[in-house]
Amino acid sequence: MIEFRNVTKILSETKVLNNLSFKIEKGETFVIIGRSGTGKTVTLKHIAGLLEPDSGQILVDGEQMNGISKSQRDRLREKIGFVFQSGALINWMTVEENIALPLLEHKLYPPDEIKRIIEEKMDLLQLTSARDKMPAEISGGMKKRASLARVLVRNPQIILYDEPTSGLDPVMSSLINTIINQLKKDYTITQVVVTHDMDSAYAIGDRIAMLYDGKIIQCDEPDGIRNTDNPIVRQFISGSLEGPIDVL
Amino acid sequence: MIEKIKHTVINFISDIGTNTLNIIAMMGYCMLLFLEVVYYSKAAFEKRREILKQMYYAGVKTFIVVSIVALFTGMILALQTGLELKPYQQQALVGNIIIATLTREMAPFVTAIILIAAVGSTMAAEIGTMTVSEEIDALEMMAISPVKFLVMPRVIALAIMLPIATIYTNLLGSIGGGIVAYFQLDVSFDVYYTHVLDSLHFKATYVGLLKAFVFGMMVSTISCANGLRATNGALGVGKATRNSVVSSFLMVLIVGYYITALFYGK
Repeated sequence: MIEFRNVTKILSETKVLNNLSFKIEKGETFVIIGRSGTGKTVTLKHIAGLLEPDSGQILVDGEQMNGISKSQRDRLREKIGFVFQSGALINWMTVEENIALPLLEHKLYPPDEIKRIIEEKMDLLQLTSARDKMPAEISGGMKKRASLARVLVRNPQIILYDEPTSGLDPVMSSLINTIINQLKKDYTITQVVVTHDMDSAYAIGDRIAMLYDGKIIQCDEPDGIRNTDNPIVRQFISGSLEGPIDVL
Repeated sequence: MIEKIKHTVINFISDIGTNTLNIIAMMGYCMLLFLEVVYYSKAAFEKRREILKQMYYAGVKTFIVVSIVALFTGMILALQTGLELKPYQQQALVGNIIIATLTREMAPFVTAIILIAAVGSTMAAEIGTMTVSEEIDALEMMAISPVKFLVMPRVIALAIMLPIATIYTNLLGSIGGGIVAYFQLDVSFDVYYTHVLDSLHFKATYVGLLKAFVFGMMVSTISCANGLRATNGALGVGKATRNSVVSSFLMVLIVGYYITALFYGK
């Protein structure tokens, strides 16, 4: 469903992605872990076509995502939803208006149908009470759920999550994990999740990949990561200060 | 020591080169952005509510400051020119000078400066904040063009409101001039307005309004472009806002001169 072939990206003279290659299967929940600044979000943005690689190839559903025209990219993006770390809700619109935005802008359905879809997604993500609130008036968890609802109204085949549980309390994190698992079960959506939260990674991931120095140093099922022999992965998941990772 | 001086000189030249390239890149970006705005202006009717909202921000919300500045611009002009003319008993001509100066140059210029400070800076900060908080990326992921959604309504709104505000500045500036003429220069309102209407030429008025229209498109495009290119969080938004104000101001001066030269030059 998603494939990176020798992708390299240099940002501010730093090689953020270094000949990165991996493949994500359809319907899989693929979790990317790694230290801050190792290129996890950059990887997501490449899948979404928000960044262009300096070299290499990115395939989404068999079609090349990089080096294509804006209209081709927009067509490919119809298959992809992106849940941003901060939610990225339009700040002068209510939660309901934000969720309705893609449907209204593209005039995809008649108004009654749009209303029905919004109600359905707000129910699914428990957002009905926040319907008329502005993004500044709701909690971080609600922002992320509203952002997910805005993604879901377009029925994407792929959802990309940037730190979906960061800054949330454990209960809210569990709710987000449950929603991600439920989406996988009910809609067979391919999901790529970037996170630091190992509990979340184990709870949702079919496979977990550790990004380090612009490359994936280990990619395995949750149990494989939990019982890894790789000293870098072991240090990262245990949060230890001792080990090969340069803490400073 | 010589090495140190050499290094400093090379860095200085390199900085000039980098800044020049950045300015050229920004000018190119503004032009491309403007072309995109022209392309998406076909959707102006669909975006009429957003355009009206932006017109409200640009016009109604700046009404008081435009009024004060317009009134005092007319008053200052009248006082300065009137005091020079008074010894020759020619102070009645102040009406001619006021309206010619206002319609040709001062009204579009002063109004543009106010709207750069009050509206252009807000546009740059608003769009810059959206850029750094990934709202622009979110729009792109929904295949919603940020130019159609954000920039086009702002450019159209300011291109409409700046000429309207300029007409208002002309009107209020001439009233301000009349007040000073009456109270300080002993010129009656009748005489003052006869002279004002004598020098109210069609060409001066439409050139002034054309300037305002061009300034409106230019200021909004530059402000939105700086916002869309903001990086590095709050610091980047601040920089984008400052750059938008400085470059809008410079462009208003430069383009204002060339429009004047086009219509009044040799």
